[in-house]
Amino acid sequence: MRALDKKLLRDFRRLWAQGLSIALVLACGVAIVLISYGMYGALENTRSAYYERNRFADVFASATRAPRNLKDEIAGIEGVWAVELRTVKDAVLDLPNRVKTATGRIISLPANGAILNVPLVRSGRPPDPDASDEIMVNEPFALENDYQLGDIIQANLNGRKRPLTIVGTALSPEYIYTIGPGSLMPDNENFGILWMAENAAASAFDMSGAFNDVSLKLTRSADADEVVDRLDDILRPYGGTGAYGRDQQMSDAFIDSELLGLETMARILPPVFFGIAAFLVNMVIGRIVALERSQIGLMKALGYTNFTIAMHYIMLSALIAVIGVLIGWGLGTWAARGMALMYAEFFTFPYLIFSVSKFTYVLSGVLGLLSAALGAVFNAMKAARLAPAVAMSPPAPPNFRRGLFDRLFASMRLSQPTMMILRGIMRWPLRASLTSLGMALGVAVLVASSFFDDSMEEILDVAFFQSNRQDAILLLSGDQPLSVLEDIERLPGILRAEGQYSLPVRLTNGHLEKRVSIEASWPNADLSRVIDPDGKVIEAPAEGILLTKRLAGQLDVRPGEWIDVEFLTGRREEHHLVVSGIVTQYFGMGAYMDAEYAARLFRQSPRISAANVLVDENRIDELHQELKDTPNLAGLIMLTDTRQTFRDTIKENIVIQSVIYIAIAAMITIGVTYNSARIQLSERARELASLRILGFTNAEVSYILMGETLLLAIVAQPLGWAVGALLAWGMSFAFASDLYTIPVVLKNHTFGFASVVALVAAVGSVLVVRRRLDTLDLVSVMKTRE
Amino acid sequence: MEEKRKAEIVFRTDDVTKVYDTGEVKVYALAGVDLELFSGELTVLLGPSGSGKSTLLNILGGLDHATSGDVWFRDLELSKLNDRELTRYRRDNVGFVFQFYNLVPSLSARENVALVTDIAPDPMRPEDALSLVGLGHRLDHFPAEMSGGEQQRVAIARAIAKRPDVLLCDEPTGALDSKTGITVLQALKDINDQFGTTTAVITHNASIRKMAHRVIRFQDGRIGEVEVNDTRIDPKDIQW
Repeated sequence: MRALDKKLLRDFRRLWAQGLSIALVLACGVAIVLISYGMYGALENTRSAYYERNRFADVFASATRAPRNLKDEIAGIEGVWAVELRTVKDAVLDLPNRVKTATGRIISLPANGAILNVPLVRSGRPPDPDASDEIMVNEPFALENDYQLGDIIQANLNGRKRPLTIVGTALSPEYIYTIGPGSLMPDNENFGILWMAENAAASAFDMSGAFNDVSLKLTRSADADEVVDRLDDILRPYGGTGAYGRDQQMSDAFIDSELLGLETMARILPPVFFGIAAFLVNMVIGRIVALERSQIGLMKALGYTNFTIAMHYIMLSALIAVIGVLIGWGLGTWAARGMALMYAEFFTFPYLIFSVSKFTYVLSGVLGLLSAALGAVFNAMKAARLAPAVAMSPPAPPNFRRGLFDRLFASMRLSQPTMMILRGIMRWPLRASLTSLGMALGVAVLVASSFFDDSMEEILDVAFFQSNRQDAILLLSGDQPLSVLEDIERLPGILRAEGQYSLPVRLTNGHLEKRVSIEASWPNADLSRVIDPDGKVIEAPAEGILLTKRLAGQLDVRPGEWIDVEFLTGRREEHHLVVSGIVTQYFGMGAYMDAEYAARLFRQSPRISAANVLVDENRIDELHQELKDTPNLAGLIMLTDTRQTFRDTIKENIVIQSVIYIAIAAMITIGVTYNSARIQLSERARELASLRILGFTNAEVSYILMGETLLLAIVAQPLGWAVGALLAWGMSFAFASDLYTIPVVLKNHTFGFASVVALVAAVGSVLVVRRRLDTLDLVSVMKTRE
Repeated sequence: MEEKRKAEIVFRTDDVTKVYDTGEVKVYALAGVDLELFSGELTVLLGPSGSGKSTLLNILGGLDHATSGDVWFRDLELSKLNDRELTRYRRDNVGFVFQFYNLVPSLSARENVALVTDIAPDPMRPEDALSLVGLGHRLDHFPAEMSGGEQQRVAIARAIAKRPDVLLCDEPTGALDSKTGITVLQALKDINDQFGTTTAVITHNASIRKMAHRVIRFQDGRIGEVEVNDTRIDPKDIQW
């Protein structure tokens, strides 16, 4: 080994603590690249393999009741490769040993097996094609309710209560993210998928020779939009509610929004870490070059080339980077696998294809090495450019001069130690600003991550306590006249009932088109209201429709403008309606109108498709018991449960995330503060020892050592809040999808918490460095020149 | 004068040893030193490198502990003090001058002196201290803007500004040429004459001995020879 290499290794060993703190910051960047790409890959690959193997359809549509002989016509649409006609209906379930009702989605299974959306049998077998009382249920529903094969559940099928025997469990590519009607999150305890033999389902729902759901698989070259239009034409006379592609299929859309989130994470976070690591390397190598000035002169005198000397210092940074990359790879591989497994649970995949590609490893490694080298290159060049004679002579004292600030300092009558701190900052303003910025990023990461917590609270509050104040929603099977509310109010425990009418529509503005559902409600509705972000109740206007902001944006319409509305139910009329207002909503892409206006528009008496109810808690069991036997009820959503599920899920995720982000923020802060303090110590050691000799106490010199770093840390706080708020806005913008919008809710405690974590980490790191002052060799300072 | 000095012993050491134990060998930096320094006296400590003079100065200045033996500053037993008490002792009683000045580069001359006057119980004004060393006109200059001799004189001003009982100088002219060295020595002598500050100066330069009241020669960790100058010469007459 060459002597220079030995020096390299020894330098590295001496610097291990600083090297490690930088390597850890770098490792975070590398790990996040692996995690986000790894999870993105796992999710994407698993999904596409699952879709492929179980033939997930490309186009979906439903109708009220269409004859099966349309099949040939549908198959004849250009680009259609396969057609599956099904009966799909929601039903109220009466589960054994349980008072509460649940909702089941009955899906018919063709006699010779499904062609599309093939359920993957996990245990038992599919229902016998001839049996009328056998079902196969989705595995999470069975697991959550602890069902065994052979267990019997009761279902209210089209007003008739029937016992059904569970003969198998399965998973389906259609329900990777299983979300029930009116729900926001998977609730496998209260919502299940029930596959039933085609004949049995047809006879139960009066669908013999008919279907109400169609899925299509397209050929590779097919034009999906064209197919959707043709299918709509075919289904229109049969109550077709509009065909749609995968992008609007609920489960697929949720996975897409998760993929988007991962992509955002991959784009925003790693550059932050690589940037900080580069800055830290720059700071440390800069200090080493300054300290080794005479050695550099010596090496040059001995005949080492400028290139060798520059490389020597770049190699030192490369060593740090290699350690960082290795830690990052280990950490990233472990965390990516763990999080992918968590995904597999959240999204119900039958298997998980997890592999982080070699390319991702190489990419993250190269990025890590590059950022470290980039950080070192400036000072390495500086070392290379030193003239040998200059290098061998001791450096002139750093050039402090009277500046603009000195008069200010003088007028403030600051103590000399405080002056030393302030002049240090003024002397190297760039370094001080970058140090402060680095610390600010630690704070920003925390602000930007923990704002989710408050945002979710806000969403929860608006969605569940201000907008939707009902205890439960009764979903009716099909539209009913408004008078059905009187029957509902007579049910045991119902304190109040209000009607709601969902109208699937296609909105068109020029070439822009969107398929959504208009919620029509009555002007004095109190249980389910539209609330804008300021907490104001928005009444649906007496005429025209209200659009959510995102929807209006996608359709490019402003209040006062007119759009075409094609109603996909009832008489399927087309109307030209005025957009009477725009509201901001966190969930979905809704549109609202006055139910009485809708009735006038359709020239019919008011109808409802669901009832929002308030329930007397003491009689809730009685109500459930009654509902199990009530015909015309498609489902019951207990919002009280939904609120709890939502809160629990969020809380669980937030705890895990908070721990991760606190660790990340601490690592950034420690990396920056520790290195900054070490360099302070190195630069000031002689000064501080002199002061000790002159009679300054340990506490007084500690103040000088810690002062600059901690002052920068304090300055970094407001900066960090600002950067964090900016990041939060950016993330909220990037995460926004058709499914939900995350509001940016920044509360004082978010900033406070971020600063407490950052300052604790900063003070801790500085104190570790400060301990070295206790062992400062006072005597050697008398003699040696640095 | 002679009688009075003897009556007031500032430093007294009693069989002081300092052993550096490297594990393999024990190095005796001080091998039993008995010494008295008197009030108002200017003493020059001479001797080759490693003879123990710096070690002794460090122990007197409260920077280091003796391995054995007693060290007294007036009636304060230094060898019994802990770190905090030694800091207090240095702060209140001792002025140091280093070979390499050890000024704080980010502070001007005046501010470097103020460093000490801010914490001393009865200091002079920094401006006065700097005038004493002939730098009354350079108050607001930073170390980078001053010559070596000027920097060393700032260091002396810093050392005397707290009106210390003793001034300990380790090679104060070691980094200077003869001309600047003489201005520094002149400053030391003026302080000694004017305030009667007990001063100990370590040097390699034997010609400096002639300005001292007493010259103590060190050899192998012991005091070899003590010489009293009946007539002292002025620094400006020293042949370098």
